[in-house]
Amino acid sequence: MINLEVPRKFSALVNQARQVATEIFRPHSRRYDREEHSYPTELDMLAAVLDGMNASGESGAGATGVRRERSAGNGEVRNGNNLATVLGTIELCWGDVGLLLALPRQGLGNAAIASVANDEQLERFRGRWAAMAITEPDCGSDSAAIRTTAVLDGDHYVLNGEKIFVTSGERADAVVVWATLDRRRGRAAIKSFVVEKGTPGFELVRLEHKLGIRASDTAHFRLDNVRVPKENLLGSPEIDVERGFAGVMQTFDNTRPLVAAMAVGLARAALEETRRLLAEAGVTVDYDRPAHIQPAAAAALIAAEADWEAAYLLTLQAAWMADNHKPNSLQASMAKAKAGRVATEITLRCVELCGGLGYGEHTLLEKWARDAKILDIFEGTQQIQQLIVARRLLGKSSQELR
Amino acid sequence: MADRNGHGGRRARWLRRDVMGIGLALVNRVGGASVLDRLGLRKPAERVAFEATRAGFRTLGAATRSFRAVRQRGEPARLPSAGERGLFDLTPTDEQRLIRDTVVEFAAEQLRPAAADADTRCAPPAELLGRAAELGVGLVGVPEALGGAGDERSAMTNVLVAEAMAHGDMGLAVACLAPTAVSTALVLWGDERQQATYLPAFVGDDVPAAALALVEPRPLFDPFALRTKARRAGGGYVLDGVKSLVPRAAQAELFVVAAELDGAPVLFLVESDTAGVTIEADPAMGLRAAGMGRLVLDGVSLPPGAMLGGGTSDVYADCVRLSRLGWCALAVGTAQAVLDYVIPYVNGREAFGEPLSHRQGVAFRVADIAIELEGMRLASYRAASRAEQGLPFAREVALARRLCADRGMAIGSDGVQLLGGHGFVKEHPVERWYRDLRAVGVMEGVVLV
Repeated sequence: MINLEVPRKFSALVNQARQVATEIFRPHSRRYDREEHSYPTELDMLAAVLDGMNASGESGAGATGVRRERSAGNGEVRNGNNLATVLGTIELCWGDVGLLLALPRQGLGNAAIASVANDEQLERFRGRWAAMAITEPDCGSDSAAIRTTAVLDGDHYVLNGEKIFVTSGERADAVVVWATLDRRRGRAAIKSFVVEKGTPGFELVRLEHKLGIRASDTAHFRLDNVRVPKENLLGSPEIDVERGFAGVMQTFDNTRPLVAAMAVGLARAALEETRRLLAEAGVTVDYDRPAHIQPAAAAALIAAEADWEAAYLLTLQAAWMADNHKPNSLQASMAKAKAGRVATEITLRCVELCGGLGYGEHTLLEKWARDAKILDIFEGTQQIQQLIVARRLLGKSSQELR
Repeated sequence: MADRNGHGGRRARWLRRDVMGIGLALVNRVGGASVLDRLGLRKPAERVAFEATRAGFRTLGAATRSFRAVRQRGEPARLPSAGERGLFDLTPTDEQRLIRDTVVEFAAEQLRPAAADADTRCAPPAELLGRAAELGVGLVGVPEALGGAGDERSAMTNVLVAEAMAHGDMGLAVACLAPTAVSTALVLWGDERQQATYLPAFVGDDVPAAALALVEPRPLFDPFALRTKARRAGGGYVLDGVKSLVPRAAQAELFVVAAELDGAPVLFLVESDTAGVTIEADPAMGLRAAGMGRLVLDGVSLPPGAMLGGGTSDVYADCVRLSRLGWCALAVGTAQAVLDYVIPYVNGREAFGEPLSHRQGVAFRVADIAIELEGMRLASYRAASRAEQGLPFAREVALARRLCADRGMAIGSDGVQLLGGHGFVKEHPVERWYRDLRAVGVMEGVVLV
């Protein structure tokens, strides 16, 4: 039965996340944007609250909500953790994306662990804050080309290499590091390893200074003969050429809708603020009258909101498919592509519509426009999403459509 | 169709050349044996064209069957709201899937092959309309008590039907669905006498051509600020004005016309043979298969019971919204047709020694078509689902319309672009989809879900 409304059972969750966004994120938004690299201590208490929510089964605001339950699937439609997590993320990012990314124990590494860890690992890493390290100085989107190596030595893997753009890398307890077991064997040899902070040889090089999401730290690491217990390899240690990248890439099917949700929440914040400011200036939207006979600013707002609606629904679709055990790589990439680009377009447009007020630091509009750009880049750039969608639709391999 | 029935085939061939000819062909059909004799409604000579104009033709409204209230119920029959649902869900019901699959097949087998010819001739093949009626596409929205097959509001099912039809051809879909807009309006807003008078014909074997006429021929048209005026006279109403882009206008026996009464837009039922009703050809950029015409109302006197929905502003606003949603569904179906067509084309055509699709400049456009199309579809489904659940849906319709007008047109344009020069010629359907998709940002009325 087709219905695209969020069920009532999530309203408590959405309401809680909205209150966190309103009471904790928004009041500190500007401060941690200015004070880059200072730790938002307010988040510690909040993280404890979120842990409590997750423990009580009321998940939805956390990165670990992306784990796919292995239910038998009785054909009943489910609205589960994936949808809840997306809804919670939208609300929190309506508050502040940077602060969401800085939330203890809610890192993308936690999403990776939730996605691919076995039950033993899941239990062992429970409660740890895990960051995610994929990108290297010489490889970004081409993650199959990573050079960080992992060599088995007794009960340990020995990791060597360099990782950049690690979100919450300094603050997290552990980092999920992508490394190759054998560079000659390509993608299939790439595995992810949980590296605990403080492991000898795991060295923080520096923190980046960024355009946006400045509340979240972005770290650069060097790995120099870092010994990691072999039980910390997530998923299967076999180099399965058939499955190839599937293991580690599975994370993306689950995390891309989350990043899309971040973009959706952020863009809604900008739209709401712009609507409020325009109303003060005497411009309101009429949904029934043709856009052409309304003020240009109202027409622009309708067009922006229409793109937002598409991004929002694509995001819910991807999460709903995950909850219902439907393969969603295509829809996850569609959601990420649409949400990433419209968040940037919408926030920039909102700055323009609000003029000096939007561009100045008295409102948060200019900050949101800076924060938005990363959402069209990390977890797969716009262009990578388009490649994925195009390959799928056209039936092309990565060798054919490069 | 006259030429398929053996008389006038030669005429139809040369008639392809110009608007005047097409107009005459239409007039010929209205006055011709095939339609009037079938209905037993041959009227004196004034029914055929009496004045050729620059617009192509000008004729009186089609002869109307005698619509009479046969069995009047105590109160109008309405379909109840579908009720609010618990879960977010994108799965159609088994019934919806069955209906959609049937229409998909119909569109592929009947509409797509007939589309190019109907586009050229500015008219749908008559036998095709008959088959569409047999298919019962109009029955879903009519309650069982009135001879239909519906048991609750089915805006969502109607959206699925319109989408599936438009995948075959948008112009022919409009021709097939135009009577359904009128019957749906009667179900939603007709009083018991209006329902008893008109609805039986729409659930019978011989569904009349009928049209919901809102658009007026002027820039920046706003359906909430109409130039077609109604005034009260002798207990009834008198209408003056011009409606444009009315599907199958020359054949339509019943119109639902939007006119301003006492400063507010109101819907009226107008039978086509009412004195003062004239039809002119109004061929457009696209949707040509729908046989578009102008409806000229010159001092048209209507009886007291001609007003639909009690003249309330809520009814009128819902009518505008539900018709926009119908256009969204048509845009989604047509845009899907574009995507389904360009994929094998860019895979099959080689340039610089490899398939076109191996180039990111080409492949990314295909990806964007799919991404925007999916957004259009979900936004339209959300609006439809809210409408049938009885939730407010003005915002959702407005957003879906914006997406379908803007992104749908971009998809139409990309469809031509991806085929290059081949897209510009009529050997391929993409040029027709380009013309048809422009309608989505322009049209009001005509379809209703």
